[in-house]
Amino acid sequence: MATPRTSPEVGGMGHSIKRKEDPRFLRGKGNYVDDIQLPGMLHMDIVRSPFAHAKIVKIDSSKALKVPGVLAVITGETLAQYKLHWMPTLMSDTQMVLPTEKVMYQAQEVAAVIATDRYAAADGVEAVEVEYDPLPVVVDPFKALEPGAPVLRTDKPGKKDNRIFHWEAGDRQATEKALSASDVVVRQDIYLPRIHVASIETCGIVADFDRIRGKLTVYMTTQAPHAIRTVIALVAGHVGLSEEKIRVVSPDIGGGFGGKVPVYPGYVIAIAASVVIGKPVKWVEDRMENLQADSFARDYHITAAIGAKKDGTMTALQIKTVADHGYADAAANPSKFPAGLFSICTGSYRLPTAFAEVDGVYTNKPPGGIAYRCSFRVTEAVHAIERMTDVLAQELKMDPADLRMKNFIQPGEFPYKSALGWEYDSGNYPAALKKAMDIVGYAELRREQAEKRKRGELMGIGISSFTEIVGAGPSKHFDILGIKMFDSCELRVHPTGKATARFGTKSQGQGHETTYAQVIAEELGIPAAHVEVEEGDTDTAPYGLGTYASRSTPVGAAAGAVAARKVREKAKKIAAHLLEVSEDDLVWEPGKFSVKGAPQKSTTIQDIAFAAYTNHPQGMEAGLEAVDYYDPPNLTFPFGSYICVVDIDRGTGEIKVRRFVAVDDCGNIINPMIVDGQIHGGLTMGLAPALFEEIHYDESGNIQGGSFMDYLLPTAMETPKWETDKTITPSPHHPLGAKGVGESATVGAPPAIANAVVDALSHLGVKHIDIPITPEKVWKIMKEKGVAE
Amino acid sequence: MAKHTIKVTVNGEGRQAEVESRLLLVHFLRENLRLTGTHIGCDTTHCGACTVLLDGVPVKSCTVLAVQADGRDVATVEGLEKDGKLHPVQEGFYQEHGLQCGYCTPGMMMTSCALLASNPDPTEADIRRAISGNLCRCTGYVNIVKSVQHAAAAARAR
Repeated sequence: MATPRTSPEVGGMGHSIKRKEDPRFLRGKGNYVDDIQLPGMLHMDIVRSPFAHAKIVKIDSSKALKVPGVLAVITGETLAQYKLHWMPTLMSDTQMVLPTEKVMYQAQEVAAVIATDRYAAADGVEAVEVEYDPLPVVVDPFKALEPGAPVLRTDKPGKKDNRIFHWEAGDRQATEKALSASDVVVRQDIYLPRIHVASIETCGIVADFDRIRGKLTVYMTTQAPHAIRTVIALVAGHVGLSEEKIRVVSPDIGGGFGGKVPVYPGYVIAIAASVVIGKPVKWVEDRMENLQADSFARDYHITAAIGAKKDGTMTALQIKTVADHGYADAAANPSKFPAGLFSICTGSYRLPTAFAEVDGVYTNKPPGGIAYRCSFRVTEAVHAIERMTDVLAQELKMDPADLRMKNFIQPGEFPYKSALGWEYDSGNYPAALKKAMDIVGYAELRREQAEKRKRGELMGIGISSFTEIVGAGPSKHFDILGIKMFDSCELRVHPTGKATARFGTKSQGQGHETTYAQVIAEELGIPAAHVEVEEGDTDTAPYGLGTYASRSTPVGAAAGAVAARKVREKAKKIAAHLLEVSEDDLVWEPGKFSVKGAPQKSTTIQDIAFAAYTNHPQGMEAGLEAVDYYDPPNLTFPFGSYICVVDIDRGTGEIKVRRFVAVDDCGNIINPMIVDGQIHGGLTMGLAPALFEEIHYDESGNIQGGSFMDYLLPTAMETPKWETDKTITPSPHHPLGAKGVGESATVGAPPAIANAVVDALSHLGVKHIDIPITPEKVWKIMKEKGVAE
Repeated sequence: MAKHTIKVTVNGEGRQAEVESRLLLVHFLRENLRLTGTHIGCDTTHCGACTVLLDGVPVKSCTVLAVQADGRDVATVEGLEKDGKLHPVQEGFYQEHGLQCGYCTPGMMMTSCALLASNPDPTEADIRRAISGNLCRCTGYVNIVKSVQHAAAAARAR
């Protein structure tokens, strides 16, 4: 849908209308959690463990309690009195809120100090004395799986090893057979290191328990307020918190990217403190706490093999992965999918046979396994297949673009059933790659590269033709802690023809207040300017599972469209009444019904709305509103082709991204300006782990790089000028033909960059480099190959 | 903890307060004056979310003490709009979609204001260098660069 159906004044789909949320942000009038200041509010700060694994011998709070302003020190023993010292994770594992016996990772919460202001709370943290008795530390997940490794989760009765789960998909035997029958088989170990989303706003909460009303109000940095409310009710029901008396408000959120889906111990302690003390309690973590203790992403150790015929036709894919989940499985995957949607690893290719397996492992690191701006392990899967495609191309001495073109699932083959069981909804992969190649001038770049190689200069061209799987999801298969992954919209059209639309999702910068208004505008013809979108308050919004995994457009916007269509159905009955014709005689165009063959006889949505409250037909309910809980029939499969061009400095190993062309296909587009912005941001969050970001631990479990001094987020200096373009292949099952776009670029960019760097060095025999590809890694390779200057 | 009386001009308005020696400027602005447009993203001078102008120069207010602002002029995002009209930098960010979650935006805009005050016609490289102490996780910087260019063009056209 390239041409908008509505006028710019209505601002339906396809219009780049300016964002409705911007006026407050531009004036510094956003309302983020740390901006909330309630009367009598107390502040919380947290004592954290310096050890990765240790027994707690003693916690002495006496000095802390003498610090001016300090009111209380909360320990695991305090919470144990209320049976709140443990909590479930979103993966039905368990996690300590505060420890009573031992700590399991560095920076783990050990105690919390409640004080009258944040400075006094920090003083109190300094004064809490904790005596530890260190225990053997298990950092390496492979060692954790060895027989005789110390069993970390001694809290789990009968647990005899450190394996969390074994998951597999596909046909093991058939894949082995197909590989052994292949002309060519390439194998490669690929590591995707532990990284952190590092949204610029850290996590925080203001918990406010009203003793008289018995009502808990929680302002919290959460991407999923409704699910959080239910979790609070389930975890703390026994101390008197009841779901109807819990209000979770997710105000303006300063970036989420998956890091604000889990429940962190700090949230629970602050809630417990507010309930016990009867005053509002604020906790906002600092950056080091955020990087060191919040849920991480990735940490996937992949071993992959791909087979092909001599002509390059792919025959089989086999992937084995060890997933380091830290001390607890605190990912946020749907219950049935402990390795998320990793089985999208067959990518954009006709792979007749495949097998993938993942073993989740406990280690002495912070809990997690969440996403980093991607849908449930899709980045890991895409990196594996896109790297393996290049490794195969190198082995076959084929151009990586030709190899991709040869193996793409063709446009006529959709819906396509993959070897690992997914039904891809729609796609046109050759068109996207061809467009990217045309824009970048692929053939000319290859000529330039050949010439530069003769002169000893290092230049590389990398391609990634990714397929995502987003928009969880069909409730038949997808849930979080048993709650089905539908989402919702409650739409009210007011007498003067303006509307309020409330959703179960929660924007963290994606611009839902604008794009959802455009969806309603598209469906009803009410100008987007007159559609007020609300999200994030469980007292008012309908239940939904929140915003992550690119599900807001596939599920939330679909709920909005369907709710608007329900409203339109009723509007049609009212229009028939007003125009004194049969419903069958009416035709709809955005904003009005008119009589077939007599277009001058018409009534607008505004007239209809007024009539719904003032002149509705006898026997019909008054009002004009609808609710929809949308359960998608399938996931959506956005895709794209990216081409990256790099130049490598032979003196320093520095990688300069000279050009990066991104052709994305997210189906029909709601707001082109916002889609472009999402892709720019996603590309930068793809560049980050490709070249800069990694959280590493030493053998003692000490974090190496738990601050912005060591954990390098790309600045404007390192970030290239992204070149974006698109193809449009609508989703056949989504009401608007849309697919979701927020994470495509984060998923697609890392292999394009890695492939470009490897390509620059491939003539020297380099086949693979693990990300982040730092200047140091490149320089060492160049030194080894004798090309460093 | 020693207390000090400080007099600071904030967005053109004289403010006087008694503060602890260790109180950070960003907390003085956010909690004492309730000017919460200036955000905190890292506490270690890396992210730039807390950038304000101190006597016209961008500083990261998480590593400036409130007492260091005594007798000086502080400009925050709340002071950009004049007489109901957005500052060209605000207008630029609005027109060019230079913000998403809005968290880095006030700091990013204050740095941009300082750049344009000293360099009314910056190149793209000038802009990228100027904002390199302000981290944005959402936009990928492309539209921020365009926003500053938009503001520069508008200011020059005035």
